[in-house]
Amino acid sequence: MVSELHRAALCRKDALEEERRVRANDREYNDKFQYASNCIMTSKYNIITFLPVNLFEQFQEVANTYFLFLLILQLIPQISSLSWFTTIVPLALVLSITAVKDATDDYFRHNSDNQVNNRQSQVLIRGSLQNEKWMNVRVGDIIKLENNQFVAADLLLLSSSEPHGLCYIETAELDGSENTPHLSIKSELRQSVSVTSELGDQNNLASFNGEVVCEPPNNKLDRFCGTLYWRDKKYTLTNQNMLLRGCVLRNTEACYGLVIFAGPDTKLMQNSGRTKFKRTSIDRLMNTLVLWIFGFLVCMGVILAVGNAVWEREVGSLFQSYLPWDPPVDNFLFSAFLSFWSYVIILNTVVPISLYVSVEVIRLGHSYFINWDQQMFCSQCNTAAEARTTTLNEELGQVEYIFSDKTGTLTQNIMSFNKCSINRQTYGNIHFTHLFVLGERLDFTPFNPLADPDFCFYDDTLLESVKVGDSHTHEFFRLLSLCHTVMSEEKSEGELIYKAQSPDEGALVTAARNFGFVFRSRTPGTITTTEMGRPVTYTLLAILDFNNIRKRMSVIVRNPEGRIRLYCKGADTVLLERLNPCNQELMNITSDHLNEYASDGLRTLALAYRDLSEDDWEMWSESHRCADKATNCREDRLAATYEAIEQDMMLLGATAIEDKLQEGVPETIAVLSLANIKIWVLTGDKQETAVNIGYSCKMLTDDMTEVFIISGHTVQSVRQELRSVHLPLQLSGVSNYGAVAHISGEFAIVINGHSLAHALEADMETEFVLTACACKAVICCRVTPLQKAQVVELIKKHKKAVTLAIGDGANDVSMIKSAHIGVGISGQEGIQAVLASDYSFSQFRFLQRLLLVHGRWSYLRMCRFLCYFFYKNFAFTMVHFWFGFFCGFSAQTVYDQYFITLYNIVYTSLPVLAMGIFDQDVPDQRSLEYPKLYEPGQLNLLFNKREFFICIAQGIYTSVVLFFVPCAVLSDATQSTGVPLADYQTFAVTTATALVIVVSVQIALDTGFWTVINHVFVWGSLGCYFAIMIALHSQTLFRIFPNQFHFVGSAQSTLLQPVVWLTIALATAICIVPVLAFRFLKVDLKPQLSDTVRKVTQTQCLLDGRLGARGGSRRSGYAFAHQEGFGELITSGKNMRLSSLALANFASRHSSNWIDTLRRKKHNHTHTPPNASGDLGAPQPYKL
Amino acid sequence: MMATSYNAKDEDGHITVSGPGGGTLRSRKPENTAFKQQRLPAWQPILTAGTVLPAFFIIGLIFIPIGIGLYVTSNNIREFEVDYTGVDVSSPCFNCSQNYSWNSSRPCTCTIPFYLEQPYEGNVYMYYGLSNFYQNHRRYVKSRDDSQLHGDMDSLLTPSKECEPYAFHDKKPIAPCGAIANSMFNDTLELFYNDPNGTKVLVPLANTGIAWFTDKYVKFKNPGGDGANLTAVFQGTSKPVNWLKPVYELDKNSSNNGFINEDFIVWMRTAALPTFRKLYRTIKDAKVIPTLPSGNYTLEVVYNYPVRSFEGRKRMILSTISWMGGKNPFLGIAYVTVGSVCFFLGVVLLVIHHKCGNRNNSADISN
Repeated sequence: MVSELHRAALCRKDALEEERRVRANDREYNDKFQYASNCIMTSKYNIITFLPVNLFEQFQEVANTYFLFLLILQLIPQISSLSWFTTIVPLALVLSITAVKDATDDYFRHNSDNQVNNRQSQVLIRGSLQNEKWMNVRVGDIIKLENNQFVAADLLLLSSSEPHGLCYIETAELDGSENTPHLSIKSELRQSVSVTSELGDQNNLASFNGEVVCEPPNNKLDRFCGTLYWRDKKYTLTNQNMLLRGCVLRNTEACYGLVIFAGPDTKLMQNSGRTKFKRTSIDRLMNTLVLWIFGFLVCMGVILAVGNAVWEREVGSLFQSYLPWDPPVDNFLFSAFLSFWSYVIILNTVVPISLYVSVEVIRLGHSYFINWDQQMFCSQCNTAAEARTTTLNEELGQVEYIFSDKTGTLTQNIMSFNKCSINRQTYGNIHFTHLFVLGERLDFTPFNPLADPDFCFYDDTLLESVKVGDSHTHEFFRLLSLCHTVMSEEKSEGELIYKAQSPDEGALVTAARNFGFVFRSRTPGTITTTEMGRPVTYTLLAILDFNNIRKRMSVIVRNPEGRIRLYCKGADTVLLERLNPCNQELMNITSDHLNEYASDGLRTLALAYRDLSEDDWEMWSESHRCADKATNCREDRLAATYEAIEQDMMLLGATAIEDKLQEGVPETIAVLSLANIKIWVLTGDKQETAVNIGYSCKMLTDDMTEVFIISGHTVQSVRQELRSVHLPLQLSGVSNYGAVAHISGEFAIVINGHSLAHALEADMETEFVLTACACKAVICCRVTPLQKAQVVELIKKHKKAVTLAIGDGANDVSMIKSAHIGVGISGQEGIQAVLASDYSFSQFRFLQRLLLVHGRWSYLRMCRFLCYFFYKNFAFTMVHFWFGFFCGFSAQTVYDQYFITLYNIVYTSLPVLAMGIFDQDVPDQRSLEYPKLYEPGQLNLLFNKREFFICIAQGIYTSVVLFFVPCAVLSDATQSTGVPLADYQTFAVTTATALVIVVSVQIALDTGFWTVINHVFVWGSLGCYFAIMIALHSQTLFRIFPNQFHFVGSAQSTLLQPVVWLTIALATAICIVPVLAFRFLKVDLKPQLSDTVRKVTQTQCLLDGRLGARGGSRRSGYAFAHQEGFGELITSGKNMRLSSLALANFASRHSSNWIDTLRRKKHNHTHTPPNASGDLGAPQPYKL
Repeated sequence: MMATSYNAKDEDGHITVSGPGGGTLRSRKPENTAFKQQRLPAWQPILTAGTVLPAFFIIGLIFIPIGIGLYVTSNNIREFEVDYTGVDVSSPCFNCSQNYSWNSSRPCTCTIPFYLEQPYEGNVYMYYGLSNFYQNHRRYVKSRDDSQLHGDMDSLLTPSKECEPYAFHDKKPIAPCGAIANSMFNDTLELFYNDPNGTKVLVPLANTGIAWFTDKYVKFKNPGGDGANLTAVFQGTSKPVNWLKPVYELDKNSSNNGFINEDFIVWMRTAALPTFRKLYRTIKDAKVIPTLPSGNYTLEVVYNYPVRSFEGRKRMILSTISWMGGKNPFLGIAYVTVGSVCFFLGVVLLVIHHKCGNRNNSADISN
C-alpha cells in the first residue's frame, strides 16, 4: 500500500480516453477498450534498466552533473590541471552509494507491489465466485468484498448486505480534500443505486449486464459522474455510489461492486504523485552556501585568470624560450581563459562531492539511533520509535511549534468513570497518580454476574451503598442506565457490548452496569434493564436530545408501575439552574464536589430527575408533537418545549469522568514548554473537552492571567474578539511582531473551528498569528483536518519557524504532511498517520526525547560537521590560490594528485563522520533536565551564515599559514646532506602532511565526545595518511608505473628531515593556538548553557517540584462528546435494523475505537491481573 | 476481526509491565548495547583554565628554547652569495650576458673575484641559484617523461605527449625529452683560491653525491642497463634542442653519464618556487683545514645559460651546513616568536580568567 501512494508510474496506453464504457460481466466487450489492468507497478527499475535509468536520474542532480562537467573539462589537456581520476573516484563512489540505496528501495517496492498485486479477491465469473489475484481483476468484473477487506479497484457499489444497499468504508489515504466539518472524516457511508441494491445474491448479479458510461480516469477524489444503462433505463451515478481503491470496507458483512477503474486508472493511483519532499532548513542553508561558494569559486577563478593574463604578458611571453605556449594558445588572453577553467577544476574541492553523501550518511546514522533507542520503546505495544524519513533529523533540534492532536495523542481516548457525588456524599476519592493506583480495585463479579470485568473502581463505599439499597444511589445509577443513546448488543447471555456514540456515555452506562443497573437492550419504544438482578422494562416516551446549546439530554420513561419520570443529565451550569428550589443545600454541596472534580481535570455531568404526572405528560406530549410537526423554526420550537419540561428537577448527583491522558503527557508538555516550544492543540473535539484536557495536561493553568475564548460565528465577531484580546496583550499594532516578547502575564487562547475559518482568511490571518503567538497556549477545537493543515501552513508562512505536527488518526494526515516534521503516534488508530509521518512512536511522551535528545544532538552534530567540513576544505583548497601567485597562475597544484583524490574520501572523512554521528556535548539525561539547552537550535545559533563565514575565515587563515610557513622555511633550507628542500615534491609532501595534521588536531578540538570509534578514526586516518603516502611513494609502484608515481622516494627523504617536522609543528601551532585561545575565552567569559552543564557533574533534578499542584477553579467540563441527532434516530427506530456495529461508525470515530477497546479488554482480561499497583515501589500520592 | 496491528496492544488504562518473555510475541525492543543506546564510554575533554593555560605555557616553554637553538645554529652557518648575472655594466659577466643566446657555439667566460671574510670549515656546498625562473609552472612541471628517464626503451623512441613540443626534433625522438630537460642549467662554475702568495689554486669540486639517493638509483636509469654503451643506446635519438652536447656526453665517468648524470638529475627535480637554488658541487675531500680559508677567491664562469631575456638572475652560493641543514634564520625567529606569543597569550588569558572569568561551575543554571 505504501508504495502505491508514493508513485504512479505505470503501464498505460497513451491514447487519451474521452469516456469510459464498461459493461458488467462482459470481458470481451470491455477488452476492446484496452483499459489498464489492475496490476500496479510502483517500482522504478528492473534488473536490465537499473543501471542506465538510475544513472540518468542521478545525473539529473545538479551536483552530479556539475562534477561530470568537471570531469569532461579535465579531459582537455590544455585545461587539465588534475588527472581525471581525482574527480572520477569520488564521483564513482558517490554514484555507487546512491545506486545501492536506490536499488534497495526499489527492491522493497517490488516486494510490496508483488504483495499488493497478489492479494486475493473474489471475482464473480460465470455466476460463481472465484479467487483471483488483484492484478488479474479486470474492468467490468463484479467482485465481492467482505468486511475489513481493502477495496481492490474503484468499484461501483451494486449491492450490499446492509439494508438499502448501504455500506461503510474507511478512507485510508484519501482524505485531505474533504472539507465537511460535521461529518466524520474517517468513516463514510456509501449507497448503491437503488435498482441494483435489490439484486442481492450472486445469481442475479451474474446476469446483470448493465453498462456504465462515465468520465475517464482522473484524480478528483470527491467527484464521479456517470450513467448506468440497464434494461433500457438510465440511472445517474455519483461519488456516493463509488468505492475507491485504498479504502477499507467496515461494518458491512459483504458487498458487490463493479470494477470501473483498475490499477493505474484508480483515483488513488491517479492521486499519488511524488510526495512532497521535505527539506530541512539546514538543507536550504547549505544549498545557499554552496551557491555562494560557487560564486566565490568563480571569483577566485577570475582573479587567478586575470593574474594569469598579466603574468603571461609580463613574464610568460619572455619565458617562452624555456616554456613555449601550448599550440592552440597564441596570446595571453586565451591562456587566461584556459587557466580560469583549470583553476575551477583545482578549486572545486571547496564544494566537495562528498559533502552531500556525508550529510546523508550522518542523518542515516542518527535515524538508526532513533530506531534503536530503548527509551522510546513502548513495551505495551511492542513498538519502537521509527524514523521513517532519514533526512530530517537535525530539524528535530530546531522545532518551535508543535501542533498536536488531542484524542489518541494527548489522551488515550479512554474514559473512565472516576468519581461521583450522590446525595452529599462523594465517592471514588482515591489518591492516584497517572501511573499507580492505590487501593483495592473492586471486584464486581460476585455481586453482579453482568458486570464488565474491565471496569475499574476503587471505592467500596459506593458498592456498599448500592448493596444496602440506598434509594438515591439506586436512582442515580438507574438514571445512568436509562438516560443515554447507547446501543447494546448481546451476542450470548450476559455478554454485553455497548456501542456508544461517545466514550463518555459508554463509561457512564458501563458504570451503571457494574453497580447493578444493567442496560440490556432497547427498542424504539422501550428500554430493558436488569436492576439488581431483576429484569425491568421501561417504556421510553421521549428522548430530549442533546445539542450544543442545551448541553444536556433527557429521557422520559414510564416504569413498569406506570410512573412517568424525566431523567436528565447535563452540564452543571445549565442543569443546576433548572432545579427545584428545595435542592439548594444539596446543590451547594454538589457544586463543591463538581468544582473539585473539575479542578482535577475530570469531565463532569450533573444528574437530575423530575416526576411527571400523567397530565403533565399528556400536555407536554401534545405541545411536543406540535413543535415536531412545525415546518418553520422547528428547531427553536422543539428547544422551547424541551426547555419547558426540563424544569423544577430534583438533583441526584454528579459524575466525574476521567479522559485518560497518555502516560507522561503533562510532564512532557511542561518540559517542552520550558524548552521554549509552543504547543498548539488542534482537535476536532468540543471546546469544553479541549479546554478540560488543556488543564489536565497543564497547558492551561490557573496561574494564567486570562484564557481567551474566541467562538464568534461571523467575520465581525471574530475580528472583534481578536481585537479584544489585543488590549490585555498590549499589542499595539498588527505589524509589530517585536512587541510579542514583552507581554506581562501568561495568556491562552481557545478558538473554535468556525471562528478559525474566519481567522484564517487573508485579511485577518496576520492579526490571528500575532495574537495566537503572543499566547502561551493555543487550543483550536472543532477543527477540520483541512483547517489543521491550514493552521500549520499559517505558522510556516508567518513565523519562519520549524513546525512539528503530531497525531494519530487519518484526520491528522494533512497536518502531518504540511508541517516541517510529521510525527505519527503508532497504536490505536490504524496506520494512516504513521504512513504519512516522518517519525513514529507509540507514546506522546517520547516526543521530549525525540526533540530534546535526538533532535538536539542531531542538530549539534550536523552543525559541527558542516562547520568543520567547510573549514577543512577551504584550508585544503585555498593553498592552491596562494600558490598561484608563485607559479605564474598556471594552475599547478600544491599537492600530489593522489593526495587531492584521497584527501576528502580517505584522510579526513572518517573522523568528521564519527564526530557527526557520535558527538555529544551533554549526556541525554541532562538535555531533559535542562530544556533550555534546546534553545540554540531554535535560534539557529550553531550553524548560520555568520558561523559559516567564521569557518571559512578560519579555513582561509589555515591555508595561508599552511602555504607561507613552509614557503618561508623551505625556500632557503637544505637537507643535512646539503640538498635544498625547496623542490616541488618536498614542498608538496610537507604542506600535505602539515594540512592533515592541522585538520586532525582541529577535529580533535571539535570532538567533544571521544569514544573508541573517534579514537580509531582520528588516529587511523593519520596512520592511513602516512601509510598510503609511503606506499604511493614507494619504489615498487614506481617501477611498475613510472609515469604515474612521480613522487618516488619523496616521503622518505622528506619526512626524515628534522626541518620538515619543525616546519609542520610550527604551522600547526600557528593554526591552532589562536583557535584554542578564542574558544577558551568564549567558554570562560560567555559560557553557553551547554558548557556549564558539561562542567556540572553532580546530579540535579530540576524537574522535581516543577509540576506543582494546581488550585481549584470552576470550569464547566461536562461530559458530552457526541453530536445531536441520535435521540431522534433511536426513537424513530431508524438505526435499529442496521447491523449494530455500524452505528458506532456512523458517529464519530471515538466510539468505534472505544468499542474496540472494550472488546480488547474482554479478550485480554485473562492476562490482566486485577490489581496493577503491585510491586512498583512506593508511589507518591498525586497531589491535586 | 481488525487489522493485525490492532491485536498486539493492550489499551487497558492501568499499565501492567509484563515480565520478560511474558508474551508469545517476539519483542521488537531494541538491543541494549552501549553503542545503540549511545552510551559508549567516552572521554569528554573540556576547555578549562586548568587545561588550556598550562598548554599555552608549555608550548611557549618548548618553542622558545627550540627557536633560540635554531637561531644560534643558523647563525653559526657560513654562507656566501654572489650574483653573476651581469646586469650591471660594471659586472664582469656583462658582456657574456649581452651577447649570449642559445645555440651559440663559442663559449663565453667571465671571472668574478670575491673575498671570504671567514674561513669555511667542514663540508662546503656550492649552489647555483636562479631567480624568476618558473620551474613550478604547470606546463613546465609536467613536460617530462619519467618512463623514458627510467630507461624504458619504448619511451626513449616514442616519448610521451607530455613532452611536446620537445618530444621530437627533426623527426627523431628527443632524449631526454620535455621542457625541463631542454632548459637544463649548463653554466660551468670553477672556484679558485687566490693564495696570499699569489698562486691561484683550483678548489676541487665533487660533482657526485649531489642528487637524492632515490633519484640517482631508482628514478633515473640509462636505457639498456648499467654497462651499456650509451652512444649506441642513444643512437637514433636527438639531443634536446638547447643542449650543446648529447646526453651521453655529459660526463666522462660512465656512472655519472646519460640520464644518471647528477647535474641532470638535480635539474630535473623541479623547484617549488620561482627563486630557488640547486646543489652544484660539494667541497668535501679538502686536504686543507679549514676547507675554504678566508681570503680572495675567483669564480670562473663559462656563461652558457641566458636568463636576461626573462629578467632572471643567476647566483653562486657557498655554504656550510649543520644538523638542520643550511642557513635558515626564519625558522629560529619564527619559533621564538610563536613561543613568546603563546607565553604572552597564556599570561593574558590567565589575567582575564582571574579578572572576569566564569569560575562558578555549578551555580546559576537558569531556566
